[in-house]
Amino acid sequence: MSDMAKQNDNIVEVRGLCFARGDRVIFDNASFDFPRGKITAIMGPSGTGKTTLLRLISGQIKPDAGRILVNGQNVPELTRNELYEMRRTMGMLFQSGALFTDRSVYENVAFPLREHTNLPESMIRDIVLMKLQAVGLRGARNMMPSELSGGMTRRAALARTIALDPDMIMYDEPFAGQDPIAMGVLMQLIKLLNQALSLTSLVVSHDIHETASIADKLYIISEGDVIGEGTPKDLMKSESPLVRQFMQGLPDGPVPFHYPAQDYEDDMLGGES
Amino acid sequence: MRMKTLELSVGLFMLMGFASLAVLALQVSGLSWAPEKGSYTLYANFENIGGLTERSKVTVAGVTVGRVVNITLNKETFSGVVEMAINADYDNFTADTTAAILTAGLLGEKYIGLISGADEELLEDGAMIEDTQSALVLEDLIGQFLFNKVNE
Amino acid sequence: MIARLRMIGRSGLNVLQILGRSGVFVAMSLFGVPNLRRALPLFIKQLYAVGVLSLPIIVVSGLFIGMVLSLQGYTILVDYGSEQAVGQMLALSLVRELGPVVTALLFAGRAGSSLTAEIGLMKATEQITSLEMLGIDPLRYVIAPRLLAGFIAMPLLVMIFNVVGVWGGYLVAVDWLGVYDGSFWSNMQNSTDFYSDVMNGVIKSIVFAFAVSWIAVFQGYDSVPTSEGIGRATTKTVVYSSLAVLGLDFILTAVMFGDF
Repeated sequence: MSDMAKQNDNIVEVRGLCFARGDRVIFDNASFDFPRGKITAIMGPSGTGKTTLLRLISGQIKPDAGRILVNGQNVPELTRNELYEMRRTMGMLFQSGALFTDRSVYENVAFPLREHTNLPESMIRDIVLMKLQAVGLRGARNMMPSELSGGMTRRAALARTIALDPDMIMYDEPFAGQDPIAMGVLMQLIKLLNQALSLTSLVVSHDIHETASIADKLYIISEGDVIGEGTPKDLMKSESPLVRQFMQGLPDGPVPFHYPAQDYEDDMLGGES
Repeated sequence: MRMKTLELSVGLFMLMGFASLAVLALQVSGLSWAPEKGSYTLYANFENIGGLTERSKVTVAGVTVGRVVNITLNKETFSGVVEMAINADYDNFTADTTAAILTAGLLGEKYIGLISGADEELLEDGAMIEDTQSALVLEDLIGQFLFNKVNE
Repeated sequence: MIARLRMIGRSGLNVLQILGRSGVFVAMSLFGVPNLRRALPLFIKQLYAVGVLSLPIIVVSGLFIGMVLSLQGYTILVDYGSEQAVGQMLALSLVRELGPVVTALLFAGRAGSSLTAEIGLMKATEQITSLEMLGIDPLRYVIAPRLLAGFIAMPLLVMIFNVVGVWGGYLVAVDWLGVYDGSFWSNMQNSTDFYSDVMNGVIKSIVFAFAVSWIAVFQGYDSVPTSEGIGRATTKTVVYSSLAVLGLDFILTAVMFGDF
């Protein structure tokens, strides 16, 4: 298959996804398309299942119904070995970075190379240094994870994720809790890597400005459904009140400020707890 | 910690463990180096075996020559049949050897003491010792004592 | 009333479910051919963490227990004039019972709980998931070396415990209380049989090693990935391991030393 034919494909297609955790329905017949080579963001109020979606795509959990096609393969149907094979073409950056705490930055990045390839140490060294250079941490290679700042931890984890040159990277809340500089750095990296390595990126986030400024396509999910889909510009101009509330960060609207409770006056006068 | 030091300490640890096993074998349980040269079987009938158990010693003049291997009941004569494994080195017990169940030490561990006789024939493998003396049972002794007392 | 029965039934089913899950967990961790070149260094590292680092507590405990046994034994036996038998009492108690059981309990507390905490923390900081995402089976990479290290380290620790205990008892009985050196050892050797006493003790220690390591590792893997979840999991490891060891000890003792 020529690369040209793949150009406008979707690397991941989700159709009719149904997933419930206990009584809570998280996805109800939802569908997504993640175009190859682009940065797609998944946004929505807290707890709507954005991270769950990433886990479903990577096969960590199985959906109740629906198909999740990654490069044409239906993830829920893969065997354990096939799943592990597929995961080598996928990278995931966790919110906490999830570096292995007992090894240095260098060792962390070298880890996937050592486990999955039989390359000699000299080649591994070259690759590790290249990846660290890409994220700007080549000088920090011998530091231990406990010595790194939050932003540096994420960059190191990113270097590890790209060690095996995956086709797609999923970012789980990469901007959460970062100072503006670190955020800017990460944004820059996501964009650059996507271009330079011809990756596809899926970013789960609720930092609207940052995400909107780098994403090619946005999904907004709420209550198990896709309530907004399109380019950031389109969604900014959207008519839907829920999308508006989210994009503009309004405290009250379709997602209410007050948790459902009885009438205020009755509560105060009633004297019950 | 460097890999070499780590491996060294683990190796040392394992050595300590196995050395301990060796110490337990030799010093604590007295496992002897000499291989079991093979043994042959002798039987003996007792009216009462008292507290004799399997693995009890069989001795001659206080020297251990074998071990009790099995204790069963003879259903016809209702006596206890003791099967003993005797070290093959000691193969010159006469046919009129006696076997007695004796008590060792204050804790009352029972063992079998053999006293050789004067017969010309020797005991073969699987032979039965005829002359036996049962264990001293406390109740019988007391009974005898009382009986004697009454008779006075 | 019905509600209570339902609760009991549900927790019974829950226990079965957990047993099943942990059974599958162990099977998936251990079976299959390991890549020796990669697995060996991991295993050795775990053997260090679980075995070598437990040595101090095991040796010190063994020493003290041996000394106390000897002291208490002497105090009781001297009334019957049988203080020469103290070596015998010491060796049999240690080798048959106290060695395997006390070592297992100490191991559960020290090594078991640290295994649980370590694995639980790896789970909470998503290191386990990272391994999965990097295409590496965490059961083979993280769990199996720790399980196997537990299986091997604990019996060795038991034997070291026994030897140190006997030596401590010897110090107290012979050097301090004046029991005759020769009869101390000869009584001990005469009454301790290698196969039925020492080896049975070793078998017990292997069974306990299996139980404790399995529980420790499973509780860590199954823990709720929060800080209180990990705390609960370590507590469960120590409690369940202790109960398992004591229960198994009864069963094994009945089978090995009972006269039925």
